[in-house]
Amino acid sequence: MNFDFSDEQKQMRDEARKFLSEQCPPKAVRTVLDGKAAYDRDLWRGLAEMGFLGVAIPEQFGGAGAGHLELCVIAEEMGRALAPVPFSSTVYLAAEALMLAGSDAQKQKWLPKIAAGEAIGTLALFEGKGNPSPKAIKLTAAGAALNGTKKPVPDGAIADFAVVAARTGSTGRDADISLFLVDLKGSGVEVKELTNLDPTRGQAELTFTNAKAEPLGATGEGWGIITQVLDRAAVLLAFEQVGGADRALEMGRDYALDRIAFGRPIGSFQAVKHILADMYVSATLARSNCYYGAWALSTNAAELPEAAAAARISATQAFQHCAKNNIQVHGGMGFTWEFDCHMYYRRANATALGLGSVSYWEDALIDRMRKKNAAA
Amino acid sequence: MNFDDTPQEAAFRAEARAWIAANAPKQYEEELRKSSLGRVQLKNANILEVAKAWQKKKADAGWACLHWPKEYGGRGASPIERVIWQQEEGPFGRLSAMFIIGHGMCGPTMMAFAREEHKRHYLPPLASGEKIWCQLFSEPAGGSDVAGLRTRAERKGDEWIINGQKIWTSGAHYSDYGILLTRTDPTVPKHKGLTMFFLDMKSPGVEVRPIKQASGQSDFNEVYFTDVRIPDHQRLGEVNDGWNVSLTTLMNERMSIGAGVSTGFPELFEFCNSLMLEDGPAIEDRSVRSRLANYAVKASGLKYTSMRAISALSKGERPGPENSIGKLVAGSMIQEVAMYALDLQGAAGVLSGTDAELAGKFQAMLLRAPGTRVEGGTDEIMRNIIAERVLGLPGDIRVDKDVPFNQIPTKGRA
Ligand SMILES: Cc1cc2nc3c(=O)[nH]c(=O)nc-3n(C[C@H](O)[C@H](O)[C@H](O)COP(=O)(O)OP(=O)(O)OC[C@H]3O[C@@H](n4cnc5c(N)ncnc54)[C@H](O)[C@@H]3O)c2cc1C
Ligand SMILES: Cc1cc2nc3c(=O)[nH]c(=O)nc-3n(C[C@H](O)[C@H](O)[C@H](O)COP(=O)(O)OP(=O)(O)OC[C@H]3O[C@@H](n4cnc5c(N)ncnc54)[C@H](O)[C@@H]3O)c2cc1C
Repeated sequence: MNFDFSDEQKQMRDEARKFLSEQCPPKAVRTVLDGKAAYDRDLWRGLAEMGFLGVAIPEQFGGAGAGHLELCVIAEEMGRALAPVPFSSTVYLAAEALMLAGSDAQKQKWLPKIAAGEAIGTLALFEGKGNPSPKAIKLTAAGAALNGTKKPVPDGAIADFAVVAARTGSTGRDADISLFLVDLKGSGVEVKELTNLDPTRGQAELTFTNAKAEPLGATGEGWGIITQVLDRAAVLLAFEQVGGADRALEMGRDYALDRIAFGRPIGSFQAVKHILADMYVSATLARSNCYYGAWALSTNAAELPEAAAAARISATQAFQHCAKNNIQVHGGMGFTWEFDCHMYYRRANATALGLGSVSYWEDALIDRMRKKNAAA
Repeated sequence: MNFDDTPQEAAFRAEARAWIAANAPKQYEEELRKSSLGRVQLKNANILEVAKAWQKKKADAGWACLHWPKEYGGRGASPIERVIWQQEEGPFGRLSAMFIIGHGMCGPTMMAFAREEHKRHYLPPLASGEKIWCQLFSEPAGGSDVAGLRTRAERKGDEWIINGQKIWTSGAHYSDYGILLTRTDPTVPKHKGLTMFFLDMKSPGVEVRPIKQASGQSDFNEVYFTDVRIPDHQRLGEVNDGWNVSLTTLMNERMSIGAGVSTGFPELFEFCNSLMLEDGPAIEDRSVRSRLANYAVKASGLKYTSMRAISALSKGERPGPENSIGKLVAGSMIQEVAMYALDLQGAAGVLSGTDAELAGKFQAMLLRAPGTRVEGGTDEIMRNIIAERVLGLPGDIRVDKDVPFNQIPTKGRA
């Protein structure tokens, strides 16, 4: 047994951390936060040059062909740095959907561009309020033309293409749903940028009016693919969340060591120490659940659905817990725009919702554990 | 990253599995499997005898205290082999409960500080379960603040004379030996005047009085010492260096308690899986699922945290204070899990023992849980350890640190 990343993978993490600390300091995040850019283009190009965008994409499609464990360590660093780029939508959602269900031609068309930083992709799943569910999908596909509206679509305003979930049947079953690939620069697509909790990452509304689309995967298999994509993305995003949680903990710890009140560093008060200790506990539990998720993802294990849900819940809780208490430890300063604490708080709460909320994943986890139990 | 055995590990596992299949007391397997929480009991047999017999059988075949050196009754096995053994031993491992303090804390302290002849004499029967050991640290005046203890050891020639009182000593009533922390110099600050010994619990002047716990059972005791004589060669470490010696014990305590800690989650999940509520199966209720999921990720988080620790150990890295999280998380969790299991039973949750659902398993868990949050370091002490040793935050302001022990106040409100 070796329940840890390899030395090479750890080395890659160090490289990613070094690269991001130079290319993605808080100042760069703030450029996007303040609305001066939709995303950090230089950083995106840099990530492509480092080979990070295509790390899990096979070599024949322009990637590094390394694997998902490597992608996990990079995801953690992206979360730590709050990288203001469409990494999760392009790499965890669009690229994973293509790798799972795309034809050779579709992979050949998009994957090399993703790896090179020349195409941004996303998944257009939600249609307003609610969690992932085939019933919630109303957008229709007639032949190769899509009609309907999707929101929120992560990074939808800057994406070049989207994987779109559409209704192709009306039996009331999962088989009613199919996936389509849409070139968002084509006709019949209207894009509207939406305001959101975390301006360092965009959200959009996409309206399709007879938009030209091509099927991704077989008709009626859309929901199965989406479930798999969400599981994979859940593990990868959980690593981002753990990276963010760890950084928020460090910020709180550092501030507690420096800030003096009542003649002592506030970190010498037990009330503050115990807050920070509890942050460490939740971040550690989340990291361990994530490692299990990484193992399941990298080996495509039968345990992946359960492991992904556990990683998702645990990492979401840890990031929210660490981000909110980091502000608490900072006192009034934590509540200013100038201090970075709120950027972590925003990201923590935005990532808590993107792939379906925690209550959705709680339900999924117990459902999956129960099925496994019944099968055993 | 993988969970696969290496060829050597696979061979070791096969050997362990075959030996267990051929030798374990299978007549108790079902009962042991079910009695996972808190106190292990057997209906038609004396648990102490069954446990001792199993331990002796293991020791004779070289399967006891696997990580200890062979000459002291162990097997010289690697950390991973020890884990594999635990996985294979399964429910029979629960028979080791009464050896945990001896194997996990007293043994390692003896190994680090006792004379060679004592190690060879005392450790093998400790490993084989023929002799049981207890830990005599806590006192009425010193639990969290164990360095505040007052039991005196005074030197007289080649002997030490012990007078005082210990409390909360688990298993003292069936123990043969104990490691004992005493005060040898009250005129210096508290950490600097302590000395460690080991002693025979049958020594004249040792009196053990069981304490009835809040849970109704009596697993721990008061131990009184009246002019008890301990030869100087049973001293562990230097005179007045007992604090450093005790740190070895406490570090091992956290490892052994943290590793095998139960959370109550598997039991709760199984319970909810079969429980019918008014509107249908409990497991289909969204609020039940939400609670279960929250416990599930804590339980799996702990499980994989210990797997990470084992991986680190197998690479020769030393497990650090981050292992404190196991007991901290599991202690409150088991308490909450028990309360929730009773909540699901409604008014009938108030019943206990054989009158209750599942023979009162969750009620017993509820009543035992408070002890878990206190023994082996309270929740608050665990948080202090994490804050100070893992996160590097300042230590508490210690008003008694540089004060001679005999000048520290002994009462709170007048
Ligand atoms: C929205 C808002 C409006 C405000 N409006 C006003 C206003 O109108 N007028 C005004 O004068 N002030 C105002 N304040 C300031 C507010 O009173 C202070 O922010 C607050 O008292 C905390 O002080 P601090 O920010 O210096 O944090 P610190 O005192 O530095 O505290 C930092 C952290 O250390 C902890 N801590 C500090 N001391 C101890 C201790 N002894 N024991 C345990 N923990 C400790 C705190 O709980 C906190 O978690 C406002 C603040 C906010 C956020
Ligand atoms: C079931 C059980 C078995 C035990 N077995 C043994 C045994 O075999 N051998 C042995 O030697 N001992 C044993 N103990 C004793 C155990 O180690 C002590 O009970 C424990 O360390 C707490 O000490 P105390 O009871 O004196 O409580 P106190 O130390 O008086 O603590 C009272 C409260 O004050 C808090 N507190 C104390 N100091 C601080 C601080 N610095 N910061 C914040 N909060 C603080 C504590 O967290 C607690 O909530 C056992 C205890 C139990 C419950």
